[in-house]
Amino acid sequence: MDLNPSAADRAFREEVRSFVHSSLPASIRDKMLNQKKVSREDTVCWHKILYAHGWGAPSWPVEYGGTGWTAMQRLIFDDECALAGAPRLIPFGHNMVAPVIMKFGNQWQKERFLPRILAMDECWCQGYSEPGSGSDLASLTTTAVRVRDAEGDHYLVNGQKTWTTLAHWADWIFCLVRTSKEGKQQAGISFLLINMRTPGVTVRPILNMHDIHHVNEVFLDNVKVPSENLVGEENQGWTYAKYLLGHERSGFAQIGFHKRELQRVKDIARQEMSHGKPLFDDPRFRAKIAQLEIRLQALEIMGLKLIWDQEQGKPPGPDASIVKIFSTDLMQAIGELAVEAAGPYAQPYQPEAQYLDFAGEFAGPPYTSGLAATHFDNHKYTIFAGSNEIQRNIISKMILGL
Amino acid sequence: MDFNFTQEQTLLADSLRRYLAKSYSLPARRQAIAAAGGFSAEHWQAYADMGVLALNVPEAHGGLAAGPGGNPLDTLVVMREFGRGLVVEPLWMSAVVCANVIGLSGSDTQQSALLPALADGSEVFALGALEPGGRYDFNHVATTATASGDGFKLSGRKAVVLHGAQAEHLIVSARVSGKVADATGVALFVVERNAPGLRAFDYATVDGLRAAEITLDGVVVPQSAMLADETHGTAVLERTIQLAGAALCAEALGIVEALTDTTNEYLKTRKQFGVPIGKFQALQHRVADMLVCVEQVRAMAYFAAAKVSLEDGEARRNAIAAARASVAEASRFVGKNAVQLHGGMGVADELIVSHYVKRLTMLNQTFGDYEHHLAQYAEAMTA
Ligand SMILES: Cc1cc2nc3c(=O)[nH]c(=O)nc-3n(C[C@H](O)[C@H](O)[C@H](O)COP(=O)(O)OP(=O)(O)OC[C@H]3O[C@@H](n4cnc5c(N)ncnc54)[C@H](O)[C@@H]3O)c2cc1C
Repeated sequence: MDLNPSAADRAFREEVRSFVHSSLPASIRDKMLNQKKVSREDTVCWHKILYAHGWGAPSWPVEYGGTGWTAMQRLIFDDECALAGAPRLIPFGHNMVAPVIMKFGNQWQKERFLPRILAMDECWCQGYSEPGSGSDLASLTTTAVRVRDAEGDHYLVNGQKTWTTLAHWADWIFCLVRTSKEGKQQAGISFLLINMRTPGVTVRPILNMHDIHHVNEVFLDNVKVPSENLVGEENQGWTYAKYLLGHERSGFAQIGFHKRELQRVKDIARQEMSHGKPLFDDPRFRAKIAQLEIRLQALEIMGLKLIWDQEQGKPPGPDASIVKIFSTDLMQAIGELAVEAAGPYAQPYQPEAQYLDFAGEFAGPPYTSGLAATHFDNHKYTIFAGSNEIQRNIISKMILGL
Repeated sequence: MDFNFTQEQTLLADSLRRYLAKSYSLPARRQAIAAAGGFSAEHWQAYADMGVLALNVPEAHGGLAAGPGGNPLDTLVVMREFGRGLVVEPLWMSAVVCANVIGLSGSDTQQSALLPALADGSEVFALGALEPGGRYDFNHVATTATASGDGFKLSGRKAVVLHGAQAEHLIVSARVSGKVADATGVALFVVERNAPGLRAFDYATVDGLRAAEITLDGVVVPQSAMLADETHGTAVLERTIQLAGAALCAEALGIVEALTDTTNEYLKTRKQFGVPIGKFQALQHRVADMLVCVEQVRAMAYFAAAKVSLEDGEARRNAIAAARASVAEASRFVGKNAVQLHGGMGVADELIVSHYVKRLTMLNQTFGDYEHHLAQYAEAMTA
């Protein structure tokens, strides 16, 4: 066993760091580091910069235009990007639907979709959840009926998806749809790729806990989807869906992101005064930061192990559930500590200040203005991608055999 | 020993609960927030008519209280309902916090000049006690009061003054002598919001209220504006903040009760895997734990109300610190899990759950957070 970065890894870190520093546009960096609104354009812009450098898909194999990096290299890359203030890449394309297309898609689908995901020419969203089917995903009722008529061979899709993150940015949605009502629920589900511009697709915003528009309802009303957009076989969608969820959950380690947010807490604590001294010098507060930093060290090893397993050819399994629980709890604890650090100035809410060009007056120190919103928004992490209760069910069933 | 509320208290609670259940739905609350000043004049008047703004005002000055400090149990009963109702009107700030500052420190003349308008709701009062860089330490007073003519000139800044820009009168602490964080040398003044030199920078808060940064730039006040002189200011402030803290514990109680009820109801109606999710033992245990927390909050809200009138300053300080730390601890668990058990709906703006959680989070760091109160208690603790 050797968990320490090699000389090559250290050199790689330097390479990534200097690349990110020289290529990340300052306006995007400033938004990320100051908790400002990041636009679709910002995210696409950064993705395209990475793509131009050959780094468009850090987790893909080389044959599809990926980097072929080792687990350690991927961790280093995420670290450096997050710490430098790079936006998170939208995961739905390159980290979710792409692995499914690579493994289960046909040649046409690989050629049609993967290069555009890699180049960020098309943005994706995930159409799994429905109003009546959240944790119990297999009960989903959006139907797809195959029709062969004069206009060709297609599916007619009807139903509603909900909580669809960034559907308002997306060009495509990958959907789980019901193609059969026979047998077990899981056995009647198919995996369909739907162009968001197809007539009958309507996106309606849902406001979250803090007035942020991230998620949407997506209505599908007699949407005609060419049958060539079916991935794999009809009624086999559940297998693909689970394969995808494994990838989604293993993307949850988010080490670099945690490091950046913990750094934010430290920066706040250095500036906030408590009894005439920086809060950072208060041993009690320091111990709280230390506790989270130590947990983060544990997470880093857990996350590395998960990617390393994948590198050895082991698909993500129930151990991704362990990382998801550990990581999302940590994420919430960090956000909570940031709010605590801000003290009375966590309370003001100035929505205008979410924009980088806000030139008005701040109620308190500018670094406090987005903390409460972020903390409230963080509640979602233990709910989506399979709630942490569902992860515990998976652990107790799949690992513990209970 | 008696755990019963009086009949009057029960009746008051019932009528408030009925009123709020009927008139203060989430859409009505959104309307109140959107109204000028961030609260509803109509509801405010209704509270005044029910007498709840007068509970901390002595009878001699248009109120219903037998003496200064009111009856903490009356306040508890009302604040609990206001918690459940998720009310944004400035009852706590004006009718609890400021009524007590004035009642505890004002001369008869000052009280009769100020309190009747507070008690009938025609004027709103706000207290500016904390300052930038001072965190929760109300002794951290950099605002100065210097003698000027036969009055004073006030200069400085007060941080996150709830309803500061809507209040007709502001009560501020200002230093007459000593260094910034000294425990003495602080006096209290009433300042008119439209006084020359006073600027209120008004903004919304994450929990649906309004607050302001109050800047005093050589604001001239007469001698009669001084409520407490430099030998009494700190003691009055401390006592007021304790009364305010006890009231916040009661507000938290109303919220955690409502959150637990709502969550319990949701577990019975939301179905997944063909059954109400309340059938899952993991969730049953979680709400059971929430209920344990509710009882912790209730115990400590009662405890705070029982101890906030103690004459022994140290015992009182420890009791309130204990109550507030304990309430904050238990609230965190309830808030987090109320959201969690609602799944996606928990983080949606549409349901009241997220609004409760935002208020609960913020009230538990108003005038001191968990750590602040824990440290206060720990420092005074004997082996
Ligand atoms: C911000 C956000 C973004 C999202 N983005 C997307 C997206 O892009 N695409 C998409 O398809 N979906 C998305 N989701 C949906 C998400 O996956 C669901 O919210 C999640 O699966 C939970 O489903 P639900 O909200 O219906 O809650 P429910 O399933 O109703 O769960 C309610 C509560 O019951 C618990 N519970 C349910 N079943 C069990 C059980 N068997 N044992 C123990 N406890 C149980 C849950 O853990 C939860 O606490 C998003 C959600 C959020 C909040």
